[in-house]
Amino acid sequence: MATHTAEPTAGGAAVEHLTLEDRVWLLRAMLLMRGLEERAMTLYRQGKVPGSFYDGYGQEAVSAGAAFAMGPQDRLCILHRDLAAHLIRGVTPARILSQYMGRAAGITRGRDGNVHFGDRQLGCVGMVSMLPDMMLVATGMAMAFKLRGERRCAITWFGDGSTSRGDFHEAMNWAGVQKLPVIFVLENNQYAYSTPVEKQFAVDPVERAAAYGFVGVTVDGNDAEAMFEAARAARERALNGEGPTLIEAETMRMHGHAAHDDMKYVPKEQVEEWRKRDPIERQEARLRDAGVDIDALRAEVKASIDEAAEEALAGPMPDPSTATDGVFCSGEAEPLGDGQAPWSGFSSGGAA
Amino acid sequence: MEWVLLWGGSLMPTLTYLQAISAALRDELRADERVLLMGEDIGVFGGAFKVTDGFVDEFGTERVMDTPLAESGIIGTAIGAAVVGMRPVCEMQFSDFISCGFDQLVNVAGKMHYRQGLAVPITVRLPSGGGFSGGPFHSQNPEAWFMHSPGIKVVAPSTAEDAKGLLHAAIHDPNPVCFMEHKHLYRRVKGEVPSGVFETPFTARVAQPGSDLVVIAYGAMVPVALEAVSDGLDGASVEVLDLRSLVPLDEEAILDSVERCSKVVIIDEANQMCAAGAQVAALIAEKGFESLDGPVVRVATPDVPIPFSPPLESAVLPGVDRVREACRELLAY
Repeated sequence: MATHTAEPTAGGAAVEHLTLEDRVWLLRAMLLMRGLEERAMTLYRQGKVPGSFYDGYGQEAVSAGAAFAMGPQDRLCILHRDLAAHLIRGVTPARILSQYMGRAAGITRGRDGNVHFGDRQLGCVGMVSMLPDMMLVATGMAMAFKLRGERRCAITWFGDGSTSRGDFHEAMNWAGVQKLPVIFVLENNQYAYSTPVEKQFAVDPVERAAAYGFVGVTVDGNDAEAMFEAARAARERALNGEGPTLIEAETMRMHGHAAHDDMKYVPKEQVEEWRKRDPIERQEARLRDAGVDIDALRAEVKASIDEAAEEALAGPMPDPSTATDGVFCSGEAEPLGDGQAPWSGFSSGGAA
Repeated sequence: MEWVLLWGGSLMPTLTYLQAISAALRDELRADERVLLMGEDIGVFGGAFKVTDGFVDEFGTERVMDTPLAESGIIGTAIGAAVVGMRPVCEMQFSDFISCGFDQLVNVAGKMHYRQGLAVPITVRLPSGGGFSGGPFHSQNPEAWFMHSPGIKVVAPSTAEDAKGLLHAAIHDPNPVCFMEHKHLYRRVKGEVPSGVFETPFTARVAQPGSDLVVIAYGAMVPVALEAVSDGLDGASVEVLDLRSLVPLDEEAILDSVERCSKVVIIDEANQMCAAGAQVAALIAEKGFESLDGPVVRVATPDVPIPFSPPLESAVLPGVDRVREACRELLAY
C-alpha cells in the first residue's frame, strides 16, 4: 500500500477540478469560520458563551477543503476545530452563534455546547468528547453504504492525540478488513492539549494506513485546495470500491486548547513559523492573482456575521421546563438527511 | 393476552428460551431488510451459544456478520449504520465484554437523541448471568450500568415467549436497547411461543398472583422466586412480579403489587450495590411507604466478583433457599 505525500497544488492537480467560483467558496467558508469564531470569542469574554470556548484558528483549510469534496448524500462526523465543514453543509451562522451561547435556536437547543453538534438534517453527526469515537460511527455508516450497494462515503476528522486510543485502531482495522468507503482525516495540529506529537506516536501516523491495508497520504493542511484534492481523490477511491483512505493533514493549533489555555508550552518560534503559512492568506493571495475582489468578499462575510450575531443575541434561552425532554425517541427513527454540497463537480454531474 | 400480535402467528410451538431468541432474530431478518446481525463468531460458527446457528445459509455473511474482535467497534459501527437507516442487532459474546464497548454505548448512542434529536435504533444482546462456573468474566449481570445511563432502555426476559416478544419490541424500538438474555435460562426454560412477529410491551408481568407478600424479580431470578414459593410457604399467598423491563421501570405495577401484598422481597442476581433492586426499593420507600407492613427485604449477590469454583459460586448467587428463608422471615414479621 502506498503512503505518499500529495503534490503541492498551487496551480496543480486541484485547480483542474475547481472553478474560480469553487475556489472563492473555499475562501468564503474559511473566512466565515474564522470570523464566527472570533465573534464567539468576543461573546465568550463578555460572558455570553457559557463553559469554555474552542476554536480552529489556523486550521480552517482542513475542514473547508475536505468537506467541499463531499456530496449531498455523503455523511460527516465533524471535529471541534472544523467549523467550516458545518458551514459548507449549510448550517447558518446564526444557529452556530446560538449554539455557542446555549440558546434555544442552537443546533442542540442548549443540550450540548460549543462545536459538539451536527445537524442531522444536513447529514452530520456531532462529536462526543471521547476522541476519536466518531471514527467508528463513520466506519459503520460506510459499512451500511457498502451493504446496500450505495455509491456514497462517510468522512470523519480527528486529531493527533486520537491516534493513541483504541477506537482509532479498531476503526482503521475494521474499515481496512471490510474495505469500506470511509475517509479518515487525521488533523495533525502538533498538540493534544499540551502534549506534543513526539509523546503521542513513535512513527509518522500516516504510515499506519499501510499497516491496516489501505492508502495513506500526507497533505499540507493549511492549503484548502490541497485538502480538497486529497479528499476528492479519497472519495473517488471510496466510491470505486477501493476502500478507505487516511489523510494526514499537517497543520498547527495556533490558539490554546481552549479559551483558558495560554499555550505557554508551545515555543514561540513554532507559532511564528506557522503564522507564515496561514491558510486564509494563502487562498487570498491565489484569488487576488485571479482577479477576485477580496475586500468585497471580506465585507460580505463580516456583514453576514454581524447579522447572525444580532439574530442569535435576540433569541431566547431554552425553557428550563424542557430540560428532561427528548432523552428517548418516541416516534419513528429518522435517519440523517442530505446536506448542501456546493462544489461545482456535483452540479455539473461530472466528478460526482 | 399480554402481547400484541402484529401479523402471522396461529400455532404455538414449544421453544426453549434460546430457540425463542433465534426465532425472533430469524423473523426480523425475514421481515425487515434493514435488520443486520453483528458479532464475534456469530456467522459461520453460529455464535458461542448457537443462537444464530445456520443463519448464514439463509441470510448470508453480510447480514449475519462475523466482526473483528472489537466490542467498541461493534457498538460504534452499529451506531453509524443505525443513523443511516439500518437496524443493527449486536451480540456481545458475553455480557461482560460490553465493558469494552461501554463508551460507545453510553456516550455516543445513549446521548445522541437528547443532544441532536437523532435516533439510534440499535439492539445489544447481552448473554448474562452466572451459575455454570463461568468465573469473574463470563458471569456478570451488568444491567445496572446501563440503567444509570440516560437514553438506553434495558429489558430482561425470564420466559421463552417474553424472550421473543421483547426482542421483537427491542428491534422495533427507535432507541438503543440492552437485551439481557440470561445464559442459565437458554436451555432450561421452555414454553409455548406464538410464531410470527409480535411485541411484548416494556412493562412488568404478574408471574404468580398473591396477597400476603410479593417477590419482585427479573431474568433468571424469576424461576428461582417461583420455585422458592412453590411449596406455599406455610399457606401464605405469595405473588411473584416479573419486571421484564428495567428501563422503563413499571412503577405502576410495582406499587400495585406492594399495595396488595404489603410485604416485599426484591431479588437481584447482580451485585447488590446500586442494582436494579435498589432502585425498586427506593421507589417503594418513596411512593409505597404507606402500603408497607414490614421492611423492604433484598436478596442479591454480595459485592464480589463471581467466583469460579462451584461451592464458591453457589455461596454468592441468590438461590431458592435464600429466597425462601427471606420470605419466611418477612412473613413472620
